[in-house]
Amino acid sequence: MIQVEHLSKSFSGKPVLTDVSLEILEGETMAIIGRSGSGKSVLMKHIVGLLEPDAGRVLVDGTDINAVSYNELRRIRQQFGVLFQGGALFDSMNAFDNVAFPLRHFTRLSEAEIRDRVLHCLSMVQLPDVGPKKPSELSGGMQKRVALARAVALEPRYIIYDEPTSGLDPQTSNTINELIKNLAAELNVTSIVVSHDMHSVLVIADRAAFLYNGRIHWSGTIEEMHRSNDRELLDFVKASEYQIGPAAVRSSHTY
Amino acid sequence: MPDALTRFLQPIDAFGRYVLLMAHAFRSVGEFRSYRTNLVEQMVRIGIDSIPIVALAAAFSGAVTTVQTAYQLVSPFIPRSIIGSIVAPSMILELGAVVTGFILAGRVGARISAELGTMRVTEQIDALEVMGLNSVGYLILPRVIAGVLMFPALYVLACFVGIGGGMLVAELGGFLSVGEFVQGARDFFQPFDPVFGVIKSLVFGFLITSIACFKGYFTAGGAEGVGRSTTQAAVLSCVFILVADLVLAYTLL
Ligand SMILES: Nc1ncnc2c1ncn2[C@@H]1O[C@H](COP(=O)(O)OP(=O)(O)O)[C@@H](O)[C@H]1O
Ligand SMILES: [Mg+2]
Repeated sequence: MIQVEHLSKSFSGKPVLTDVSLEILEGETMAIIGRSGSGKSVLMKHIVGLLEPDAGRVLVDGTDINAVSYNELRRIRQQFGVLFQGGALFDSMNAFDNVAFPLRHFTRLSEAEIRDRVLHCLSMVQLPDVGPKKPSELSGGMQKRVALARAVALEPRYIIYDEPTSGLDPQTSNTINELIKNLAAELNVTSIVVSHDMHSVLVIADRAAFLYNGRIHWSGTIEEMHRSNDRELLDFVKASEYQIGPAAVRSSHTY
Repeated sequence: MPDALTRFLQPIDAFGRYVLLMAHAFRSVGEFRSYRTNLVEQMVRIGIDSIPIVALAAAFSGAVTTVQTAYQLVSPFIPRSIIGSIVAPSMILELGAVVTGFILAGRVGARISAELGTMRVTEQIDALEVMGLNSVGYLILPRVIAGVLMFPALYVLACFVGIGGGMLVAELGGFLSVGEFVQGARDFFQPFDPVFGVIKSLVFGFLITSIACFKGYFTAGGAEGVGRSTTQAAVLSCVFILVADLVLAYTLL
C-alpha cells in the first residue's frame, strides 16, 4: 500500500503540489489525472523518492521513504517498475540489453535464463524481434513498449505508468491498455497510471484522483466519476477527446 | 537585494553540491560489480580514443617550441644544445600536461557532460535510480576513475611525442642534430620534473572528468540545458586547469 500524506512541493517559490493526500490500495489501479503541467509527474516522482517533499511524507508499506537510508530506499525501489513519459530507454544499449539490464544487475540468472526472460517480456509487448535494435531506430510507441517490457522484467509489485498512451496511435494505445489491465489482473500488481487520456483511464482504472491547482480536487471510483457533477472535473473530462457517454459507462463496467 | 545575495551564494552552493556528489561517488567505490563494464568502456573512450589528437597536439607544440627557441637564441656564444635543454623540460613540466588537459577538456569533458546531460533530461538517470541502482556510482565513478588513470598515460605519451617532434624539426630544419638535442636535454634533466608532470596530469584528469560529470548530472532544461552544461563543462575545466597549474607549480616546485 502506498500512502501520500499532506505532501507539498514548490520549485523556486512556485507551488506545484499543495497538501496532497492519496492512498493506493494493494492490487488496485489508481489513475492520477489532470491537465498537463498540473504536477502529475512531480507527484509520481515523489512516490519513488526521486523528489523530496517540502512537507508531508510518502509511505510505502508503512515505511517513510524519505526517512530511510539511501541503500534502504534502493531496496524499496526494487519493488517498483516505472514507465517514464518518454520511455527513458538507455540509448547506448539495444532493446534486448535494455530489458536485460535490471536482470543483470539485480538477479543471479544465467545469460540463457536472462535471454528467455527478455524474450518473454518483449513478446508480451508484442515486439519479439526488436532485440537488436537501438532505441533511436524504434518509433516512439515501440520505445514505450520496450520500456514497459523493461519495467516489468523483475516482476515488480508496483508499476507506475507516466502517460503510457500519450502520443500513440489508437491501436498502440489499445495494446498498452490491454497490457496494463492484464498485468494488474494476472500478476496482481498495484498500478498507478498518470494520464490525461480519459479513454485509457476509463478502460483501465479502478479509481481516479484529479489534480487541479496543485491539489487533489476530486477522487473516487470510476463509477462515481460518471455520476459526479463537479464543475472542474467535468470540464476536464469534456475537454478530452473522449466524452463520457453511455457507451463508455457500459464499457468501463465490462472490465 | 535577495537577488544579489543569491548570485553571490550560487558558486558556493555549486561547490557544495560538487563536493557532495564526489563524496557520494567515492562512497560507492565498493560496488565494483555494477560499474566494472562502464570503467573498461570509459578507459577506452577517454584513453585509447584520445591518442591521435593528443599525439598530434603534442608533436606540434614540441616542434613549435623548438623553432621558437632556436629563433630566440641566435648567438654564437650559446651552444645549440641548449635548445634541447629548453624544449625537453618545457614539454615535461608544462606543455605535456597542459596541452593534453586543454584538448581533453574539449574532447572528453564536453562529451561526458553532453552524455550525462542527455541522460538526465530524457529521464534515463531517473530510470536507473528507480530500478534501485546507484546512478552516481554507476555513471560518475567509472568516468572519474578512468580520467585519473588515463590522463597520466596520455601525458607520458604527449611528452615523448612532443620531444620527438621537437627533435625532428631540429634535425630537418637544420637547427641542431638529434645528438645535440639529446645531450642538451640530458644536461638539465631533473628527475622530479616528470613526477611533477604526472601529479599535474592526475589532478587535471580528476578536474576535467569530475567537473563534466557534475555539470552533466545536474543538467536541467531540455536540449538547451544540455548545450549549456556542455559549454560550461569545457570552459570551467579550462579555467580550473589554469588555476591548478599555477597552484601546483607554486606549491611543488
Ligand atoms: N525539476 C523541476 N524543476 C522545476 N520545476 C519543475 C520541475 N519538475 C516539474 N516542474 C514544474 O512543475 C509543474 C508540473 O510539472 P509536471 O509534473 O511535469 O506536469 P504534468 O502534470 O504534465 O506531468 C510544471 O510547471 C513544471 O514546470
Ligand atoms: Mg508529466
